[in-house]
Amino acid sequence: MLVKLLDALVRNAGWLKWVLLAAMVALVIADLLIPTGYDRFVWESWGGFGALFGALACLTLIALAKGLGFGLVYREKDYYKDELVAYQALDDSSENRADTQRNP
Amino acid sequence: MMHELFLIDWPFVEWLSPALVLILGAFLVPVFQGVVQKFVRLAVPGLALIAVLGTAPGTYGSFQFLNMEMTLGRADSLSLVFAHVFGIMALIGAIYALHVRDNVQHMAGFIYAGSAMGAVFAGDLITLYVFWELMLLASVWLIWRNRQAASMAAGFRYLLVHAASGVLLLAGIVLYYTQAGSLSFDAIEIGGTAFWLILIGFMVNAAVPPLHAWLTDAYPEATVTGAVFLSAFTTKTAVYTLMRGFPETEALIWLGAVMTLWGVTYAVLANNIRRLLAFHIVSQVGFMVAGVGLGTAMALNGSAAHAFAHILYKALLFMSAGAIIHMTGRMKLTELGGLYRYMPLTFIFYMIAAFSISALPLTSGFVSKTMILEAYADQQAALVWLMLSLASAGTFLSVGLKLPWFAFMGHDSGLRPREAPANMLIAMGIAAFFCIYIGVRPELLYQLLPHQPVDYNAYTLAHVFWDLQLLSFVGLVFFVLLKFMAPKDKITLDTDWFYRKASPRAVRFIHHYGTIAWRNLLTAMLWPLRQIVSQALRFHGPQGVLARTWPTGNMVLWVAVLLVTSLLLYYI
Repeated sequence: MLVKLLDALVRNAGWLKWVLLAAMVALVIADLLIPTGYDRFVWESWGGFGALFGALACLTLIALAKGLGFGLVYREKDYYKDELVAYQALDDSSENRADTQRNP
Repeated sequence: MMHELFLIDWPFVEWLSPALVLILGAFLVPVFQGVVQKFVRLAVPGLALIAVLGTAPGTYGSFQFLNMEMTLGRADSLSLVFAHVFGIMALIGAIYALHVRDNVQHMAGFIYAGSAMGAVFAGDLITLYVFWELMLLASVWLIWRNRQAASMAAGFRYLLVHAASGVLLLAGIVLYYTQAGSLSFDAIEIGGTAFWLILIGFMVNAAVPPLHAWLTDAYPEATVTGAVFLSAFTTKTAVYTLMRGFPETEALIWLGAVMTLWGVTYAVLANNIRRLLAFHIVSQVGFMVAGVGLGTAMALNGSAAHAFAHILYKALLFMSAGAIIHMTGRMKLTELGGLYRYMPLTFIFYMIAAFSISALPLTSGFVSKTMILEAYADQQAALVWLMLSLASAGTFLSVGLKLPWFAFMGHDSGLRPREAPANMLIAMGIAAFFCIYIGVRPELLYQLLPHQPVDYNAYTLAHVFWDLQLLSFVGLVFFVLLKFMAPKDKITLDTDWFYRKASPRAVRFIHHYGTIAWRNLLTAMLWPLRQIVSQALRFHGPQGVLARTWPTGNMVLWVAVLLVTSLLLYYI
């Protein structure tokens, strides 16, 4: 039943998308119209700043992470393979165990 | 008070230590087998939880050791809030691991949870240190028992990093004793070396960058059930010790803020699902560390509340990720996809945890994380507040969107796993219940917090508007940029590169050139000896001047010369 519900949601993804977008617009409008009562920071009185901050934060983090990844820290997955040489027998035996389980 | 409901007059003991229940209970595991053993594995953490719930504030188990005052049970509002969640977590972890047939793992899990509990209840630094090290010795087995080459190597690195930090901690404790004349574990108020050594010792366990890489290196290599225990205890014990020993330490404000961003940035690049979640432990613990650094009542309450909520939702995240690994044998996002149809309950539980960590209203993360942010807003600390809010956006981006999209939704990976075993689902269900229950009824958590009364309402219009806008617009950008979010089958370098690559290279470099220099030095030292030998050979060797065969005529001549000389000398 749960799967049917999830499947129904996935099937109606296009329709759901518009509902969510409408809700987001409504949320921003509500934030613009209803004063929230906080003024510790200047942006707390700006309606819709949460939406702007969320979008900019997401873009900033993606740009920062991708820049860091491609510019400095991405390496191939076997970069540290040298340190596994001493323990290779463990991987071999676990592969054997898996093979035995598949083809007893 | 809650402890009055569970107050039990235990025979023979003044106070039933939950730590000792778990540690001694671990030794019962190998004694039994089959169903009886499963019962024992549930009864031990169950009894420990009852012992925590029945603990009234006070001091228990004090004794003298080598003229030092030791305290096993300092139960106050700060230690009890951590003990409660540790007790709940040990039981959830035991249920999750109920199907596992590996006594070593079960024993390690109980001793680990028990020693974390012991560290939290420790009233002095020596007791704390003993449980601190026991925690390490037990927890490393949860990594090694995965029985893969990567797990063995990661386990040794984990052991070495923590052994080094343990030495720093012990050195700090010894210095502290010589300066302060006391071993009582309260706020460390002396300055100097002792302060920094103890702080660094705690910071390593709290995974504060650049001392954090042991966590993201080791946790993804642990066993499926072991990682759930690991995600809960080590870092949160460290948060407790920072709260106890270093409140209002300004350095922790900035270190905490950097932690939150470090974790979320690396998580965007992660491909291994448990490594992605491990980076978010660093990030979330950053919120707690930042709260400790600020040190106001609201901030400390926020850190304690966030630790409580975090243990439960992070364990649920690790349990869901563990269920995927257990059922599919795969742990990379690039190899997963479309699992929601085959593991729907795991998917739902995962999303509850993901919404909690993202601080969606009506979940536990919302009522705890906003408390820390509110403490910074009260102080009008704009920069830190913005950094923490940026990290909140990143949390939802990776844990709430990227991981579930590429593991449960997205393209069909062709995997057709069955749903996780019942015991795993029950454990996940209990954790999910707490995630929502705390979010809906936060006052139950707030009444456990160390600084009472808690005058805080998370559900103000401003908080709800801010969080809903933040999360929904992060979601919008994620789906707009979906093609850039696809994971890459790569690894990322982190500060562990320094001891995994740079140090071995440095050792090889020093060995190579050191050997050459040593040989050259020996050659230089031998040169005068060789000269002496060659000179000696020149005169006395087989071909030497003095070893030559001389003609008899020469001998006669020289004898005559000597004779004439002696005659002349005689007459003169």
